[in-house]
Amino acid sequence: MSSAPEDPRYARQAPRRPLRLSWADERVRNLFWQVLVVGLVGGAIYWLWSNTVHNLEVRRIATGFDFLGREAGLPIAESLIPYDPSMTYLRALTVGVLNTLKVAVVGIVLATILGTFLGIARLSRNWLVAKLAYWYVEVVRDLPLLLQLLFWYALLQGLPGPRQALNPIEGVYLSNRGLKLPFFVWEAAHSWALLAFALGVVATLLYRRAMRARQMRDGAPRRVWPFALLAMLGAPLAVWAAMGAPFTPDVPVLRGFNFRGGVDVSPEFFALLLGLTLYTAGFIAEIVRAGILSVHQGQWEAAQALGLPRGRVMNLVVLPQALRVIIPPMTSQFLNITKNSSLAVAIGYQDIVSIANTTLNQTGQAIEGIAIIMLVYLTISLSISLFMNWYNAKIALVER
Amino acid sequence: MSDIAAPAALPASRQPPVRMTGPLAWLRENLFSSWWSTAVTLALAYLLIRYALGFVDWAFVNAIWSVPTGANGLPDTSSCRNNPGGACWAVITEKHRFILFGTYPFDEHWRPMLVCALFVGLYIVSAMRRFWNWRIVPIWLVTLSLIGVLMWGGVFGLTYVPQERWGGLPITLILATFGLAFAFPLAILVALGRRSKLPAIKAICVLYVELIRGVPLISLLFMASVMFPLFLPEGMNIDKLLRAQIAIILFAGAYLAEVVRGGLQALPKGQYEAADALGLSYWKKTLLIVLPQALRLVIPPLVNTFIGFFKDTSLVLIIGIFDLLTAGKTAIIEPQWQGFGVEVYVVLGIIYFIFCFAMSKYSAGLEAEFNRHRRR
Repeated sequence: MSSAPEDPRYARQAPRRPLRLSWADERVRNLFWQVLVVGLVGGAIYWLWSNTVHNLEVRRIATGFDFLGREAGLPIAESLIPYDPSMTYLRALTVGVLNTLKVAVVGIVLATILGTFLGIARLSRNWLVAKLAYWYVEVVRDLPLLLQLLFWYALLQGLPGPRQALNPIEGVYLSNRGLKLPFFVWEAAHSWALLAFALGVVATLLYRRAMRARQMRDGAPRRVWPFALLAMLGAPLAVWAAMGAPFTPDVPVLRGFNFRGGVDVSPEFFALLLGLTLYTAGFIAEIVRAGILSVHQGQWEAAQALGLPRGRVMNLVVLPQALRVIIPPMTSQFLNITKNSSLAVAIGYQDIVSIANTTLNQTGQAIEGIAIIMLVYLTISLSISLFMNWYNAKIALVER
Repeated sequence: MSDIAAPAALPASRQPPVRMTGPLAWLRENLFSSWWSTAVTLALAYLLIRYALGFVDWAFVNAIWSVPTGANGLPDTSSCRNNPGGACWAVITEKHRFILFGTYPFDEHWRPMLVCALFVGLYIVSAMRRFWNWRIVPIWLVTLSLIGVLMWGGVFGLTYVPQERWGGLPITLILATFGLAFAFPLAILVALGRRSKLPAIKAICVLYVELIRGVPLISLLFMASVMFPLFLPEGMNIDKLLRAQIAIILFAGAYLAEVVRGGLQALPKGQYEAADALGLSYWKKTLLIVLPQALRLVIPPLVNTFIGFFKDTSLVLIIGIFDLLTAGKTAIIEPQWQGFGVEVYVVLGIIYFIFCFAMSKYSAGLEAEFNRHRRR
């Protein structure tokens, strides 16, 4: 009954034979195949590279990223940072990256909400709800995204002009110039309140962690929500009130041929966001549904047998297990939204692809332009997958 | 025994239970099980009926199906313009040949039509299990060459049609099918390479897959249209459709490789070990033991990936290749048809939906069949 590692027979290893230059030696064969494949791939790349260098010389195209410092002269309709055509290409490309991120982030948030909702609706015991969700998912997933984008864009362009704009809710106007939403004049006090809210979120997370640790020690559950309410709602309100509680509504008003005031959502951005959200929500719905179904029925029953109320069964038992199944495919959907936002170029929203494409047409720097596009997407993809992998590792099943 | 008295009176007869079967019980169970469910049902039914009626009005009742020819010989669309509450299907009546077959010579339209039929036949044959063996290879080779002959012509008395004049649905089907036919073998090699013990080969395959999957297809298509001419030696030129096809193959190869890798990983280790124990060489092990089982496992996800490519071929619109979507978009460029995009996109949507829905139903059915042994 002696333990295995002490047995000298287990300590023995296969003798290491000297390398023989013979086809019978596996190491020689492995080396040969690797050298062959690397040589072929490397040779092909070298051939393409030398052709490119030669072609560039013949066409007298200078390579390099010097053009980034030159004046762009390309107009951009919407931008998160101050921009005008007299600024550099670098600035224009930065605007493009920010526009891509804007539509991707908003799209991810909206698609996740809508998709989760639809996924749960597909499992509803109400036949009508389940069937409607099923057909929504089926139709949306079987149509090309580009077709959907063009459809929404055509639909928006077919809307009446600003003078006859649709007005579903007071202050909200939908016309062929896009969507107008009421807002308020942003002042310093609002920025500080936003900062206080962010700090409140961090404080709540830390507080919850500390309370969890205490619960682990003595078993008594502790309330987190009073603190959360205070930190996330009370503190920002107090900051806002302390700075004089400024609030000036900014409602869009029709002046002449267009609207003034309010928040402006361009038809291009609106169509792109609508298309991306509705399309991806169909895929997310399937993921959420599969995740919930993957939790065994016995888990529900066991939790109910323990006397947990229905809401806590969902929060403490089902959701943590479903998330394990949901997170990895969800990551690829988030990546898909980001990559699919590149279809913006077809409807004229100026994202990084659209601006880089204009840049390479204006400057003739094809290789650099494409390299910039690829680099931007690789960076975004890598960041999202690193973050989601971290989150996934955090919630993964701890195995022996 | 005999002194058990009969009960003085029979107990009052009870009401029969609420019916447990039949349409009423079904309604109660599935639509009106609680006040909340009832409210949701009523609200949704109201919205559904209201919008369905609106759609029927737009698509059928108020729709205009054809327009007269105007004085200048062009169709006169003013009746459509004055009818904002109804669809203008006249754009489809007028332009359907162009949308389906692009600028292919009008008298030869039977050829692309036959090509589309051949493609559909090829899909149906590939979906049948009795052809899931070596026979599928010659079937594909013969059909694809037949399609090439029909499209190009120049032999057997068919007039020659240059590739620049092809367009519409055949281009979409060509991009998707040829893309799959070439990407699939590539994907198998890459998936095997990624599972290989040889570090250099593994590194190349990982790099390829991750690089392609990290960038959008558009950037690859741009690369194909802008950078490819720079890659090739002077004087050598390949046409735009082929360049886009290569980009799609490279793109599809990376995604399919991941699907195939999933199948390779799902195969029990004992199968690999048993093949090694028999003394089979790497290629014999792979071709005779591993791939036949692994590929069978991944057919449903493969079909789903194929649906994705079928939809993604529409992206060639951005580099100006004349596929179904581009043809539809071009059909409404003429001034008299401008503004009728919604009608055209609805029709294109129906065409795409028919193909993708059929494939997705097939894949779901297959998956259920494969998993039947697990549910017992």
